[in-house]
Amino acid sequence: MLTFNMLVLACFAYVAFLFAVAFLAEKRALRGRLGILRSPLVYTLSLSIYCTAWTFYGAVGYAARSGLEFVTIYLGPTLVMIGWWGLLRKLVRIGRTQRITSIADLISSRYGKSNLLGVLVTILAVVFTTPYIALQLQSVTLSFSIFTDGYAKGTAFWVAAGLAVFTILFGTRNLDIDERHHGIVTAIAVEAVVKLIALLAVGGFVVWGVAGGPGDVFRMIEDSPISTWKMDQSRWVTLTFLSAAACICLPRMFQVMVVENSNESHLATAAWAFPLYLFLMSLFVLPIAVVGLNVLPEGSNPDLFVLTVPLAFEQKGLATLVFLGGFSSATSMVIVAAIALATMVSNHIVMPIWLNARKGGATVSGDVRNVMLRSRRIAIMAVLALAYFYYAMSGGGAALAAIGLIAFVGAAQIMPALLGGLFWRGATRLGAAAGLIVGFAVWAWTLFLPGIGEGVLISSQTMAQGPFGMGWLRPQALFGIEGLDGVVHAAIWSLTLNTGVFVALSLLSFPNPVERLQGAEFVNILRYSAGARAFSPGTVDAEDLLMMSQRILGSAEAQALFQSVALEQGKEGYLPDTTSAFLERLERELAGSVGAATAHAMMGQITGGSAVSVSELMRVADETAQMMEYSNQLEAKSEELGRTARQLRVANEKLTALSIQKDEFLSQISHELRTPMTSIRAFSEILRDGGDMEPEARARYSRIIHDEARRLTRVLDDLLDLSVLESGQVTLYNEVTILGDIIDRAIAATGQNASALRIERQPLQERLVLFTDADRLAQVFINLIANAQKYCDADTPVLRILVRDNKQHAVIDFIDNGSGIPSEDQALIFEKFSRLGDTRASGGAGLGLAICREIAARLGGSLTYVPGQGGAAFRVTLPRRLTNADAEAAE
Amino acid sequence: MANRPTEPLFLERQTYRRRRLMDAARILPVAGFILCMLPMLWAGPGAADASVAVGGLYLFGVWTLLIVTAGILSRRLIRAAPPDSGTR
Repeated sequence: MLTFNMLVLACFAYVAFLFAVAFLAEKRALRGRLGILRSPLVYTLSLSIYCTAWTFYGAVGYAARSGLEFVTIYLGPTLVMIGWWGLLRKLVRIGRTQRITSIADLISSRYGKSNLLGVLVTILAVVFTTPYIALQLQSVTLSFSIFTDGYAKGTAFWVAAGLAVFTILFGTRNLDIDERHHGIVTAIAVEAVVKLIALLAVGGFVVWGVAGGPGDVFRMIEDSPISTWKMDQSRWVTLTFLSAAACICLPRMFQVMVVENSNESHLATAAWAFPLYLFLMSLFVLPIAVVGLNVLPEGSNPDLFVLTVPLAFEQKGLATLVFLGGFSSATSMVIVAAIALATMVSNHIVMPIWLNARKGGATVSGDVRNVMLRSRRIAIMAVLALAYFYYAMSGGGAALAAIGLIAFVGAAQIMPALLGGLFWRGATRLGAAAGLIVGFAVWAWTLFLPGIGEGVLISSQTMAQGPFGMGWLRPQALFGIEGLDGVVHAAIWSLTLNTGVFVALSLLSFPNPVERLQGAEFVNILRYSAGARAFSPGTVDAEDLLMMSQRILGSAEAQALFQSVALEQGKEGYLPDTTSAFLERLERELAGSVGAATAHAMMGQITGGSAVSVSELMRVADETAQMMEYSNQLEAKSEELGRTARQLRVANEKLTALSIQKDEFLSQISHELRTPMTSIRAFSEILRDGGDMEPEARARYSRIIHDEARRLTRVLDDLLDLSVLESGQVTLYNEVTILGDIIDRAIAATGQNASALRIERQPLQERLVLFTDADRLAQVFINLIANAQKYCDADTPVLRILVRDNKQHAVIDFIDNGSGIPSEDQALIFEKFSRLGDTRASGGAGLGLAICREIAARLGGSLTYVPGQGGAAFRVTLPRRLTNADAEAAE
Repeated sequence: MANRPTEPLFLERQTYRRRRLMDAARILPVAGFILCMLPMLWAGPGAADASVAVGGLYLFGVWTLLIVTAGILSRRLIRAAPPDSGTR
């Protein structure tokens, strides 16, 4: 039997070896020769911390008890890894671009850099990880005790202490900007190889050494007590799902998978290589279990078959190797878990409190970097101490063994917020926080607290009857649904309520600007590059920034960073211009050390602005929108002005034309008036100076004077009439009349009987009732008939008066059979003073048609010349329908 | 906000193949899940006695298949669309 001391020596040797590996790796990293440290192989192997002592020892125990169910623990991660293109790639991309330092950082960052969420996730992680670490301690102690016949006093304590030292040494030596720990990752990779070799060695021994090859093993399985597969279907599905969730959400898994990832393409290798590793680790589990059941005495602990089987066959070397493998799996888990937890605690709990406490801001004296490192070291020690006490108090019993699954369900509570945040822009901080709290509470009530042990925190009475006798709140049978397996029950309820609350509150609440920005960036990370978030740069002094950065990143790194930025900007020295791009980059670098939320807060403090920068941007956008609106209005107004100017120009032209017309009119009038006046003056002079004159001569001259005076009066009357008509000041005396009567009057007034003109009428059509000014209408007809009498040059002049009635108008045509009016004059005839042909013969001033046209217009109709009728044809149209004004006047 | 570049409606063969490759990668885990849940059909309390040995062979066989398929797909994907390596 190996003595306790020899075993301890072996352990020390192994640990020293690990130290050496870690140390060498760090040295290489510092020198920049990263080479193999950045290979996909190391990345894949580091993922192996998924397999802890629980899986190294516990898988065989699991298989010995319940057959194939242990495979579900590895199927979940397999499925997640082979589906890397959809989910993990996005996760890793976000981790790189946003410089995420932990899973709490991811959740907090996604939901608007919310500190609340960071704290929640951190607390949850500490609660479910601590027992898990205790489980590792128990496994190591148990494996020790196998070798030393139960003498394993104080093992757990020394292991915990040793691990604390190792972790602090290699995990908190300095603050890497990227939160990478090359030394530890390399050590983990080496341990992964040791684990695998150990298990494969035992497996090989069992299959080919003890049994007679795979066929023999097959038969052995068939003959063993576990030959029938009694699958618990609900557990089968639930455990697969839980292990998939845990693969991402466990802090240590997130650390190695996302935070420590240096190259996205490593994922492509890990996608098949890690499942292959899991495959190999699980391949010999069943054979070992079966052989153990066969060979070892009844009642021996199946969890330790990997050790006891080789020992039973006197394979001490193999057993030692296996022991080291188990030791490796326990220690690697503890180291990485401790680092992950310490990072979360220092970034999300310690730093915000410390920042708050320092009222003076981030640049005032106090070394942020030192505080960070110190808080991490303390956190590591605290976590390990807590785990040790948990182990000590639980007495190392079976209760611990169940912890693995309990921790998985706890870790799965982060899943809804995580998945929602990655794929749903509508996920809000409120929803995530509420979901997390509800999930945590339900998990604690149904699984965690009862799992601590009967009667420890929850009395057995509460377990049986529910708190205060409320049966539907029984921890193992919520809502009265009994008979479900404990883990399944807790998983279903906690996740359902978690997701439900998360979705409901996300739908109901409205995210703030930073949340929305982060949401868009996270969800679209694979499509678009990261956008710029601007701090208002003008208010910052580069020197202040340098002071702050030195405290966090360390003098050398901060100065190097500033110098390189200044160089890019074309400046010398250490102080670049504080552009938005520089501020953003600085925030990113700081986030690598203190976490995104803290870095943002610090930058905000220094630049004097905060997340308000986004609302500032929105305000600026509002102003711009206002200006655009204003300029639109200006454009519309100037268009209007243009139109008005055009209208004015047209009106001006019309006025000018009118004024020219008026001048012409005046000259024509004076001509028309002067002509008769000349005659009157001349003849009256003759009469005055005449002396002796014969009475006939005197009579003749007087008659001429009289005629001319009358003519003058007529012209003046016409002029007055026309002016009255044109100015619209004419008073119309509308009445109901019959068209035929008006025509009769007109014909009578023109002295028709004396004229040679024959008039043809349509007496029946003329029985039209009109509502109009009869006198004015008669005036029009008189003029037209008189014109026909005067100007119709046919041998037998005939004037036809045709009446038509289309419902809207009465149309009266006066058509003679003369030669008509030549087309070039057809418009002229309606002008004032226009006379065609022999001017004096008409005896009028040429105003007749102008007056008629005005009258027709005033009566609501028109007077037009109709060409092509074989003679002069004038058309008078009158409205039949009464307008409202007419109707009123008629009453 | 950035404008989306207008994408052509129909792609040429290589791009089409690449897209289908990505589809295959997305569907692989779903297919894997279904395959792993198939044993529920023949094992389980109500079913006839299922053999652990045979069940084990089935599971590990499916597992091997998934690993191999994932390996092939991942190789092709990386060759087709190398991510902006931006190694930190």
